[in-house]
Amino acid sequence: MSTLNSIRDTFFEECEDLMADLADGLAKMQSGSADPETVNAVFRAVHSVKGGAGAFSLTELVAFSHQFETVLDELRSDRLKLQPELMFTLLRSADHLTVLIEAARDGVDVDAVVTQNSAAALRIWLKPSSDAADAPASASESFSFAAVTLDFGAFDQLNDTPNEPELKHYEIAFQPTATLFSNGHEPALLFGELSRLGTVSSTIDLGELPAWEEFDTTVPFMKWTLKLASTAEIDQVRAVFEFVDGLCKLNIVVAPMPVDQEALQFEASLPPAPAPLPMRQAVAEPIAPVPEKPSPAVKAASVSPQISDQHGPKPTLRVELDRVDRLINAVGELIINQAMIAQRVNEMPVTTDSEVVTYVEDYRLLARDIQEAVMAIRAQPVKPLFQRMSRIVREAADATGKSAQLLAFGEEIEVDKTVIERLADPLTHMIRNAVDHGLESPEDRIKAGKEACGTIRLSAAHRSGRVIISIKDDGAGLNRPKILKIAKDKGLIPQDADLVEADIDSLLFQPGFSTAQKVSNLSGRGVGLDVVRTAVTALGGRVAINSVPGQGTEFTISLPLTLAVMDGMVVSVRGQTMIAPISSIVETIRPALSEVHSVGPSSKYLSILGEFIPIIDVAASLGIAPNTSPSDPPLLLLVESENQSQCALIVDEVHDQRQVVIKGLEHNYRSVQGVSAATVLGNGQIALILDLDAIAFQRSAPEAPAEASPLTKGA
Amino acid sequence: MTIKVLAIDDSRTIRSLVRKVMEDAGFHCVCAEDGVEGVNRFAEESPDIVITDINMPNMDGFGVINTIRGGTTNRMVPILVLTTESADHLKARAREAGATGWIVKPFDDETIVSLVRRVTGARG
Repeated sequence: MSTLNSIRDTFFEECEDLMADLADGLAKMQSGSADPETVNAVFRAVHSVKGGAGAFSLTELVAFSHQFETVLDELRSDRLKLQPELMFTLLRSADHLTVLIEAARDGVDVDAVVTQNSAAALRIWLKPSSDAADAPASASESFSFAAVTLDFGAFDQLNDTPNEPELKHYEIAFQPTATLFSNGHEPALLFGELSRLGTVSSTIDLGELPAWEEFDTTVPFMKWTLKLASTAEIDQVRAVFEFVDGLCKLNIVVAPMPVDQEALQFEASLPPAPAPLPMRQAVAEPIAPVPEKPSPAVKAASVSPQISDQHGPKPTLRVELDRVDRLINAVGELIINQAMIAQRVNEMPVTTDSEVVTYVEDYRLLARDIQEAVMAIRAQPVKPLFQRMSRIVREAADATGKSAQLLAFGEEIEVDKTVIERLADPLTHMIRNAVDHGLESPEDRIKAGKEACGTIRLSAAHRSGRVIISIKDDGAGLNRPKILKIAKDKGLIPQDADLVEADIDSLLFQPGFSTAQKVSNLSGRGVGLDVVRTAVTALGGRVAINSVPGQGTEFTISLPLTLAVMDGMVVSVRGQTMIAPISSIVETIRPALSEVHSVGPSSKYLSILGEFIPIIDVAASLGIAPNTSPSDPPLLLLVESENQSQCALIVDEVHDQRQVVIKGLEHNYRSVQGVSAATVLGNGQIALILDLDAIAFQRSAPEAPAEASPLTKGA
Repeated sequence: MTIKVLAIDDSRTIRSLVRKVMEDAGFHCVCAEDGVEGVNRFAEESPDIVITDINMPNMDGFGVINTIRGGTTNRMVPILVLTTESADHLKARAREAGATGWIVKPFDDETIVSLVRRVTGARG
């Protein structure tokens, strides 16, 4: 059973690939760059879904994919021309197929009416100029294939339960052609199969046996007469010969009532007796020599198969994720081990040109290579994720009465599998937002001198060791006065607050903020962009907004390439070694005393290039008892948060910059405010990785009791 | 002697299913993902029976049958075609191409096993 379950999992995994192929092919067809093989591939994708679904009795999925496939079959055989309306139907059908697959996977129901409508939309293309009369026909067709199975099971049953008392006597004349043999059949096996139905006796007619010198092994010359005593119906007898129909002369008759007892007795008493040749004239009836049409198989033998290597996918290996993660973990340990050895060697009295130093350096490079190779295993292209988004755009456009298209760029960019998985929800939300809030109605767009159909550009790119994903619409841009008003109405900011544009934009990420006037069934689901930010931050990423009135809004998500290692700055805070993610650090500075301004008893600001930047004591915000006070002027890490606002963090010392292996804290201990994870340093010491955004964000509630007390006890 | 089955199907699901059913029945099963790999595996493995899909990239099931039947070794091997179509024209076409028989998907375990036994003569 567990094997079947795992095959079921395989099926749904495969469906994901198939749906990606389908989306790919449909996109090509839509853009007009499809060749016949594209349509074939699209057909095959749907066909394979149907095949697998059938194996698991997912009847709805089978029925719908059959309908879909039938239309695609018409298309690939040129009985149907590709036209915009058809393209539309195909895209929608692909969407619905995805819905059905996901529903089947999750064991939920899909509204049957929706499926019926989708199927009906497909069926329209199946009636070339004829009337609705053939609708029932196509409906019945969609069931017929599922119902037809071979009945060999019935034979066994028949033998087991001889409750059909009437014994019938069949006479079967059987003369194979050469093709019967070349098709892989063996008369003895057919007779064996026949004997499962009852008692069989056979006689062979060698009358056509040629003289030895004329013997041609490729020409069959044997005929058989078989007698079968069985309770089976004639159809069951015929079924034995189903596969050889047309490959032999076959005549099956039910013998007249006076049962040919003689033959049976004869068979019983004289087992291997030479059968009396010519057994019956009726068998030797003028069976015209079977026209030896050259079998197509042989004829086509010289035709070389149409191999198209360039279409072949790269060979791949499917491995359980667990195994990869185990490997990644081991490599993480290896990196730590390497760092420890390197540190010990450094502490030893050896010269830099000694052999051991060279080996340790080689070890470092090798470990780095292994690590990169292992990380690459988890990397996957963003393409499937992006492909899903075109469906989201279509759905959102439908629901809002807008017209929108999605353009995707950089689909080949690879990101860690977990990042891709956890990005799906925030991205979906942002895409919906872009259609729902970003784009104007078609009328407004035309008034503004734009195309009625809005465009969402979804792109991925590599930038300085991170992946940048951008969602850009060409809508009206953020309505900043409105955002400001809403924030004030909701009490998110004081009534008299005067904010710069960037700060207004970042209000969108505040919990509880929602600009939707009415709760549309798309974006207004009680979650706002704050959820997006939380999800992205959890991945070590950052979100930024950039909006130009009248031209549109762009959301940029910056993500680490992997979740397993990061570049960090090693710092010490009140004697604790900690890691600050390099990605957030702008620079480290030790300001002149004149640049630090105190505002009130506890707040300090750094004035730099005419700007005032809040200074935050990391130790205080983590609740570490300050057994020494920070040096004056303090050493500062200038960091930038996701909304591009900056703040300066007080640390005691900055050591060096290195790659660290991220060890989850929740898994090993529990989540701690201000700390995102931990790592093990070369000397075996555990260092916490700072969540700079959380520390910088905390400043809005500076007096919060420092309940993150584990740090005071720890280490 | 264990029967060796070569299953050719571009669907991972169907390959896994056929393999499971075959192995449960005590047969040895090797798989290929498309027609081209299929005929290569055929040459390497000399299977006792071939079960192939029709619709596949690179080389379809008919191409597999043609190549095997037109080859020099083991060319009379039983070949069963897996098809979701029960349409007679496809069966006829498969037979003309040289298929020994066909299996209509969705198949149940017993059907396919008894069919394999039947065309290979393996004891059940």
